[in-house]
Amino acid sequence: MQKVTSELLVKKASELLENGTVTRVLGWKKGEFSYDLTPAVFESGEELIKDFVFSDFSGANFSKYLIKETKKADGKVLVFLKPCDSYSFNQLLTEHRFDREKVYAIGIPCEGMADVDKIKKNVGDGIIDIISDGDRIVVKTLYDGDKEIAADDVKAERCIVCKSKKCVAYDELLGDNGEVIDSERFDEVEKLEKMTDDERFAFWQNELSRCIRCNACRDVCPACTCEKCVFDNPKSGVENKAISDSFEEKMFHIIRAFHVAGRCTDCGECSRVCPQGIPLHLLNRKFIKDINEFYGEYQAGAEIGSRAPLVNYTLDDIEPVDAVKKGEADNA
Amino acid sequence: MQVNNGYQPKIVAFCCNWCSYAGADLAGNNRLAYPENVKIIKVPCSCRVNPMFILRAFQRGADGVILCGCHPGDCHYTSGNYYTRRRMALLFSMLNFLGIEKERTRVEWVSAAEGAKFAATMNEFCETVAALGENKRLEDLRCKR
Repeated sequence: MQKVTSELLVKKASELLENGTVTRVLGWKKGEFSYDLTPAVFESGEELIKDFVFSDFSGANFSKYLIKETKKADGKVLVFLKPCDSYSFNQLLTEHRFDREKVYAIGIPCEGMADVDKIKKNVGDGIIDIISDGDRIVVKTLYDGDKEIAADDVKAERCIVCKSKKCVAYDELLGDNGEVIDSERFDEVEKLEKMTDDERFAFWQNELSRCIRCNACRDVCPACTCEKCVFDNPKSGVENKAISDSFEEKMFHIIRAFHVAGRCTDCGECSRVCPQGIPLHLLNRKFIKDINEFYGEYQAGAEIGSRAPLVNYTLDDIEPVDAVKKGEADNA
Repeated sequence: MQVNNGYQPKIVAFCCNWCSYAGADLAGNNRLAYPENVKIIKVPCSCRVNPMFILRAFQRGADGVILCGCHPGDCHYTSGNYYTRRRMALLFSMLNFLGIEKERTRVEWVSAAEGAKFAATMNEFCETVAALGENKRLEDLRCKR
């Protein structure tokens, strides 16, 4: 699916390492299988040639890694930004989370990532390799030989409703810049809004009851960059999964979603890393949708220095009671 | 108040120091009755109320949470309640999205002169919540010891 190849990125990165523009490269590293890529720091051309991969499984957003990586040593860090990553990059700059001078950003176009879970569902067990070939994906399996599936059938949910193919932050751009897309990403939220209270509660209870509090959604979230997180407080009594799991089912995810409300760029990393497949992005999208409806269109990270809606106000904002009713009136 | 065969909902009311708490005081001075199961928590300003306070109240077993502050434009700190308004609009909308009955949460602007409004609001809110019954959807059994 991807038009940009690993070779091109490796060549680019090696050049920049050689001429001293950057000292480290953030990239996707080969894992045990070709489809479980790991974020890694590369320091030489040889390492890049050996392990660097850019494929349909390079979903990881590196913006958050810059916070720690830029502080570790002198010299610039090279980072590849897909369009959705570039929004997180801008948002972190808005919040002064890292030094822009210590980063060399290359914007790369993205054709959408594949969802391993969808492939696994489609093909079954024993996957040893996945090779993408244009709009087809060839899956090599241990028991059934090769299987071919259409790339569109296994596209990640967040890429099907991609909000923008435009890189909003870069020092250098590979290929052409895309456009912001008028996507249908709020359709799923609207469907939920149309339900009754009881149906919605049942839906979320079903989804959130699977949560194992692994904190992966928090750890990966580019908006969750507090040095000290409320969920790590050992005195809260709820820092670990306990026998009674009602906290996870509701509070944890409400609190997390609220903490990133207005700053979430809707990159969809939370849902990607969730080992239980909980559609966490729906919570964030609900906030984004509400903000757009109540306070005007706002896309976090679209530009550096924009004022987040929750630290702003106007004299005639919507009253909370009307805000809650609004969703229902629209659907009546 | 007698509803639901004596079932009394637990109501937490966050009141700002400058308007709503004084409003509650006035209701008391005027001998206006409001349900005794409304527990008032005084805060310096309605924007002192972190959305987590509201979730915490529910977690600990509150059946309804009401947040009272100065009327928009009258905030003692000029703009505090405008921030409250945005935060609570989003939080309540999210709680509703998760299937929590929207009647359990409310923001009401009550000035220091509105003792009658305070009492009437609390009576009405208490009745609404009592009709909904106990809050089962946001409670945390670990916190209910």
